[in-house]
Amino acid sequence: MQKVNNKWLKLGIEVVVLAALFTLVQYLITAGLLKQYYQISLASMCINVTLAVSLSLINGFTGQLSLGHAGFMAVGAYIAAIMTNMLDLPFITGILAAMLGAGLAGFIIGVPTLRLKGDYLAIATLAFGEIIRVTLQNIGYVNGPAGIMGIPKFATWPWLFGGAIVTIVVIVNLINSSYGRAIISIREDETASELMGINTTKYKVLAFVVGAGFAGLAGALYAHYFYIIKPETFNFLKSFDILVMVVLGGLGSTTGAIIAAVFVTALTAALQSFPAIRMVLYALILIIVMIYRPQGLMGNKELSLRTFGRIWGGRH
Amino acid sequence: MRIGKRIALLVMVLFVFSIAAAGCGGGTETDDPAGDVIKVGVNVELSGGTASYGTNARDGALLAIEQINKDGGVLGMQLKPIERDNKSIADEAMSISAALVGENIVAQIGPLTSGDVAGSTPVMMENKVPLIAPAATAANVTVDDKTGETRDYIFRVCFIDPFQGTLMAKFAAEDMNATKAVIYCDNSSDYGKGLAQYFEKTFTENGGTILAQEGFVKDDRDFRAALTKIKGLNPDFIYVPGYYQEVAPLIKQARELGITAPIGGCDGWDSPDMVSVAGNEALNNSFFTNHYSSQDKDPQVVEFVEAFKAKYNKEPDAFAALGYDSVQIMVQGLKDAGEADSVKLKEALEKITDFAGITGNMSIDEQHNPVKAGVILEFKDGQQVMKTRIQP
Amino acid sequence: MLEFTQQIVNGLSLGAIYALIALGYTMVYGIIKLINFAHGDIMMVGALVSYFSLTLLGTNIFVAMAAAMIACAVFGVLIEKIAYRPLRNSTRIAALITAIGVSLFLEYFTIFIFGPAQKVFPASAFPIKAYALGGLSVLNKDVFVFVSAVVLMIILQYIIKWTKTGKAMRAVSLDQEAAVLMGISVDKTISITFAIGSALAAAAGVMLGIYYNTVNPLMGIIPGLKAFVAAVLGGIGIIPGAMVGGFVMGLLETMVSGYGNSLYRDAVAFGVLIFILLIKPSGIFGEDTGEKV
Repeated sequence: MQKVNNKWLKLGIEVVVLAALFTLVQYLITAGLLKQYYQISLASMCINVTLAVSLSLINGFTGQLSLGHAGFMAVGAYIAAIMTNMLDLPFITGILAAMLGAGLAGFIIGVPTLRLKGDYLAIATLAFGEIIRVTLQNIGYVNGPAGIMGIPKFATWPWLFGGAIVTIVVIVNLINSSYGRAIISIREDETASELMGINTTKYKVLAFVVGAGFAGLAGALYAHYFYIIKPETFNFLKSFDILVMVVLGGLGSTTGAIIAAVFVTALTAALQSFPAIRMVLYALILIIVMIYRPQGLMGNKELSLRTFGRIWGGRH
Repeated sequence: MRIGKRIALLVMVLFVFSIAAAGCGGGTETDDPAGDVIKVGVNVELSGGTASYGTNARDGALLAIEQINKDGGVLGMQLKPIERDNKSIADEAMSISAALVGENIVAQIGPLTSGDVAGSTPVMMENKVPLIAPAATAANVTVDDKTGETRDYIFRVCFIDPFQGTLMAKFAAEDMNATKAVIYCDNSSDYGKGLAQYFEKTFTENGGTILAQEGFVKDDRDFRAALTKIKGLNPDFIYVPGYYQEVAPLIKQARELGITAPIGGCDGWDSPDMVSVAGNEALNNSFFTNHYSSQDKDPQVVEFVEAFKAKYNKEPDAFAALGYDSVQIMVQGLKDAGEADSVKLKEALEKITDFAGITGNMSIDEQHNPVKAGVILEFKDGQQVMKTRIQP
Repeated sequence: MLEFTQQIVNGLSLGAIYALIALGYTMVYGIIKLINFAHGDIMMVGALVSYFSLTLLGTNIFVAMAAAMIACAVFGVLIEKIAYRPLRNSTRIAALITAIGVSLFLEYFTIFIFGPAQKVFPASAFPIKAYALGGLSVLNKDVFVFVSAVVLMIILQYIIKWTKTGKAMRAVSLDQEAAVLMGISVDKTISITFAIGSALAAAAGVMLGIYYNTVNPLMGIIPGLKAFVAAVLGGIGIIPGAMVGGFVMGLLETMVSGYGNSLYRDAVAFGVLIFILLIKPSGIFGEDTGEKV
């Protein structure tokens, strides 16, 4: 009985905190109190959180090193932009199509490549990501290297915030389900879990498809906030950026991924004032954090504030 | 406890670096009392794939600002550049524009590539602050594709793709009597592809045929496979729209493989590196469209080249010249407007006619494109020789 | 037929450059299982060192190359000591991220100091001669690069197979703990590996400088990535594999550009990589090691 109460209490607190955060920002935007610059930073944060959490499912929880996440983001961004900008369909159709399309791309890529392990998988996914980019560069319908410009700005704060929350909720629930336990067992020891009767291929592909689908969502949001998408935006360096967030946060920690995504976005913005050396500083910070905190900011623990209950329902 | 120490160390290191950084970059950050200065945003690519373009344009722009300030500034005020790096990414360009607008800039110079300008566009439009693009050549940068409306606050000082592509195609067909051409374009930029498209259109309209279209991507350095293929096709003209970083080794390798056909290009070729990389001999029999020649005897151009060399110890390329002109045209606009107000500046910029820039005399048309003469330059033993000048 | 032969020549000389870079890549990977993303950037540093040696000190190309190799060997050892060694017992992905950090640092620190513009490698350093063999164009630099790649591969193979250091390297690669018990200094062995790998990268950088006449701070990214693909293709960690992988990559790209569509060159190269990984994940030369349970 106590347990049930706790669960509902936690959920209640979560909902209240998130609703308060959402309303506060929404109020500041409508009241014109939030500078445009901060609005853009918040949008980047939401998109990066979506990307980091979706990649953390693949890299952190399933233990499959993927370096092609930007490719899935590109698929989502392009599908959504085609839907809304060229076919004049509503935004929600674009988002759903983007998620399905990116998920499908994840399936097509995942089924053959997930047999590979470790670095081989990493290089195969990197190659696939680049193939997606080169292909987009050569499709005349989406203007090749120039990309799609003038995409309507549908991704308002509710969409951005909602997108990030839905991603977190779905992925956290997936991890905490029996599927999640199977997925984590693969990370811990693939051979052992296979011997225990777990269909490892099925769960790896599942994680890959879900992660890719949410990367597609992030792509759709990105396209409808930043006005232009072009293949070059989604090159392998973008995949590295996302990977950096996941590893900085700690492999196997959703809260870590969220915190790191927010941190990296804020850091990037803060470094704008030092145009000449922003990338040098970024690189140094990256190296220093990795040397002194190789397990990431959160390790594989979840953030749990006693007073607020365990916010994301972590199991530690 | 160990972890506590590590975090402390981390914080310390971060702190030290931010102090060091503040020391390095802080020069332009000090807040002057409003009214004394006119703030100009410089939103350019200083890192990422197109860092070299952005850096050169920035150098040109800062030189112009320095010269103007030395001559007493504009409207009795000094110009204050606020420089930012957009990492060659469109969303960063947008974020930086928002930050710059928040600092009450009167106008923004940059970004360089059409894609990054597009990222910056909505913010500039919403806040009614003019953006002057030094080198964004895509036709839809200043005009909305769908509605055909001019984007109010977006201006540029460079040619647009259709102009140069058409110019070179006419030159190839009429002056060179070429009938069979091959296009080998920079496939990773909308610039290369845009030019290729208009070249093909005009060239075929003039009765020529395009035998093949090949592509390379940015940072390619080996072009021999496609060149060997092109050699086999035996064209009488090869059009290579792209930037000099790739084009110079490309032409060199073409000549090494024994391709003798004339090679044509665009203003992206304009750099002293063309000669030093490809060599005098390889460049013979190649032509490119440009707005000016850095070997021009025009005193204004000579003066710019000298000043640039004196300040930066390197020769200016097309980006530097365009960055310089972007600032100069903005200053002209400010003078015409009579006050440092963004909306008035925009109105003044729209009315600019016959502005004497170093990249030519230009007038801004209703689509916010500069109307200026183009030249076709030929390389002769390492010298750029004026072949023809074409008024628009 | 002539055109085809010319394409083979083109492919081999491009492949030789990939092979040169891949040799260093694969060596480092073979010992510590780290994808050293900074390898391409060390190559860039090597090219820059030789550039300054040629222009500022006026040395000839061989001295410049030696200077670049020595400087990069020292540099590689330093990078390993500072950035990679503290992470040796951490997860491999943490080391990978550090490698990305080092790569970014090298690129942008160079830009910060020297600016992003390309520098023109003096053409006089290596006068180009063309040999026309019945319509075929072969340049002395093609021959030079090809021969260097083969010779360096043979030297490396010799070092690894027959010298004491090489045996230590293989021992460390196989089992670090056992190697320690056999009295091998793991730290020293890894340092030597980085020194040799970085010197090779520097040699490749100088070749690139000679070959394409320009040096710029971001020049290492694309060749680095391609060479890495080549190393995986041949079987990562295997010296002859890197060589063969490099040539396969070079020929493949050339053939796609020459007989297919140059626009899809990179896509095809990556496609073939995936194909090979799927049928033989350990690469062309790799041994399939069954997983021990």
